[in-house]
Amino acid sequence: MTRRVAPVRIVAIAALLLATILPAQAHKPSDAYLTLARDGTALHGQWDVALRDLDNVLGLDGNGDGEITWGELRARQTDIDAYALAHLRVTSAGQPCPLKVDAHLVDAHTDGTYAVMKLSGTCEAAGPTLAVDYTLFADVDPQHRGLLNLVEGGASRSHVFGTDAPHQVVGGGSGSALGQFLTYVHEGIWHIWLGFDHILFLISLLLPAVLVRRSGTWQAATSFRGSFVEVAKVVTAFTAAHSITLTLAALGLVALPSRWVESAIALSVVLAALNNLVPVVANGRWIAAFAFGLLHGFGFAGALQDLGLPTQGLALSLAGFNIGVELGQLAIVAAFLPLAFRLRATSAYRRVILMGGSAVIAAVAAVWLAERAFDVPLFAALAVAR
Amino acid sequence: MTRWLVLLLVLGSPCVALCTPYVPASDDVVLERLPERTDPSLKRLRTARLQLAAEPRNLALATSLARRAIEASRENGDPRYLGQAQAALAPWWKDTNPPPGARVLRATIRQSQHDFDGALADLDALLRERPTDGQALLTRATIYTVRGRYQEALRDCRALIGRTTPLVVGTCMAGPSSLGGDADGAYRSLSALLARPGEDPGVREWALTLAGEIAARAGDAAEAEGHFRAALALDGRDAYLKGAYADFLLDAGRPLEALTLVKDDTRNDALLLRVALAERGLADRAGDFAAHRGDLAARFDAARQRGDSLHRREEARFRLALLNDAPGALALAKLNWQVQREPADLRVLVDAANAAGDKATLAAVADWERSVRAEGARASAGRT
Repeated sequence: MTRRVAPVRIVAIAALLLATILPAQAHKPSDAYLTLARDGTALHGQWDVALRDLDNVLGLDGNGDGEITWGELRARQTDIDAYALAHLRVTSAGQPCPLKVDAHLVDAHTDGTYAVMKLSGTCEAAGPTLAVDYTLFADVDPQHRGLLNLVEGGASRSHVFGTDAPHQVVGGGSGSALGQFLTYVHEGIWHIWLGFDHILFLISLLLPAVLVRRSGTWQAATSFRGSFVEVAKVVTAFTAAHSITLTLAALGLVALPSRWVESAIALSVVLAALNNLVPVVANGRWIAAFAFGLLHGFGFAGALQDLGLPTQGLALSLAGFNIGVELGQLAIVAAFLPLAFRLRATSAYRRVILMGGSAVIAAVAAVWLAERAFDVPLFAALAVAR
Repeated sequence: MTRWLVLLLVLGSPCVALCTPYVPASDDVVLERLPERTDPSLKRLRTARLQLAAEPRNLALATSLARRAIEASRENGDPRYLGQAQAALAPWWKDTNPPPGARVLRATIRQSQHDFDGALADLDALLRERPTDGQALLTRATIYTVRGRYQEALRDCRALIGRTTPLVVGTCMAGPSSLGGDADGAYRSLSALLARPGEDPGVREWALTLAGEIAARAGDAAEAEGHFRAALALDGRDAYLKGAYADFLLDAGRPLEALTLVKDDTRNDALLLRVALAERGLADRAGDFAAHRGDLAARFDAARQRGDSLHRREEARFRLALLNDAPGALALAKLNWQVQREPADLRVLVDAANAAGDKATLAAVADWERSVRAEGARASAGRT
């Protein structure tokens, strides 16, 4: 208790009516206690919120006698649930985990009685972590704190939410380090396989790798070794570049607006495909792969942000995701290169696959570019790609 | 020792009595009594909040509400009202240059949160613009005093001369002056000012409380008690005054009187601590004592869970006096000493260091006290 400052005070007239309840009730700042237990996509939990705080925003004392009874509380339970759940958002892998209240109870805490909500829900997608947005009472009492106890894999960890930290990524750090690492490797592989813009960019750069540009025309490369070296240069440059920016962005050292990043990625696909139709850069494609790879790294970081990086073992998870992206990429190359090398001498490869394929890729990417730059879904079907 | 640890483990969870949620037996069960409905000033505060909700950017409404909420938190010792005060100032809370009316209140709330650096930054900026703002000068003097920067506090108090009543200026100066090495002079000046009639009762109560504390520190028990009783007659609810007087009674070996003074204030952590300290000395209160000690442990634990460090002084005293945990008390008292340097902070630090046999801390404290006295002597030599 610090010495008071203002010498002039309101002299209160009436004494407080103190309830004769044991234990002695405390005056304390507003806290709510939230427990969430996670098992796969299933969530179970409990949320204790002080009746005084709920009364502050919803007015629970129906008959205005200064007392909240169980009957008055029961009458308002639907409102309380709606209010509370509107201020708690849980997502997994970027998809929501809608919660509902299964049962209503009460409990005594040091500073009075709390409403107890038993919660359950199912996440629409499994992910290594949970992202939690907690804004309960943020507008009426910025000193309110939400104390989350997250239980998973037999371990529990606590997190404090408040106006200075309303959004946190929780969980994922439990279990073995290897298990956590493999989870992120897996996520990285799937991200590149499902991220069509990255695949199309890579393929645009790889399509001409089994050909050689001589006197204005495409000719079949003579050796597999030469093609392999060309592919290795492109893939290595792309990998090095996006690893750099993925790491910088994931660690929060560099931040770019996602609309700008996504638009620029679409533009990179357009340019890479057009370069196959009207070659401007013929033999230095690895430089383009590096330059544009820096952009794609920011895109990967955006996806990783949706997944969330656990605070425990952050470096390991980041490395796992990056390695997963590389493995996914290598799998694409391993499938592409032998096939393309076999077909390289055919005119179908040059006309249909290289020219036709690049034209289609450029067209699709141009639609993405327009959608992302102007934020309008032109093709719902194509928009699903991201 | 182990027994206390077990007790702490059992009781140290946020829910003490009924650790399992339950469904009340009937609709008529009363779950909570709301202070707003029985205290007219809190009721007015609630009405003011509804008005502000209709026009949240109305600066006059917002500052008036924030001021009332800060008063309510002091009157009731209830930090929830500080949160409401902060909410009222939300449109200006993150401004780098908020309007002066909002800024001085933001400083006050920051001070209450022990964000003394943030509060000082606000007050410095405010006083650069308006060097004679009385509220800002008084608030900054208080923070300087809490931090042990007595000469700077005195400079701000002197700047109030002619801008407010002599008793306000004199009380502002008596605190830092008595702690900065001139307890006798500070006490004589304050007594002379108090001998004059008149003045706002709130200001008189503030001055009388301080006079009681200075006399108690000087060992003049009769004078101290007279001041504390006169202050209580003016405001029997002031939690700060009750804490100071209860400490005086505990030091005098009068636990029953201390208990009578604070027994109804168990909602307030600092006063519940005095209740438990008093009960410890009373054989027929063993049951209450054990229950209250458990309550305190649960409250300190709840505060720690939310990341609060506002209770270090009280928890250090709790650990030292009621749990016999000298090392734990010393650790908290040392952390607290980095933030606050009031006589109560010094006392719990010295007591804990003595109990734990920490000679280095005792030497550091003695050094600090010497430097404060030397600084005070230099300052008074410079002025004469």
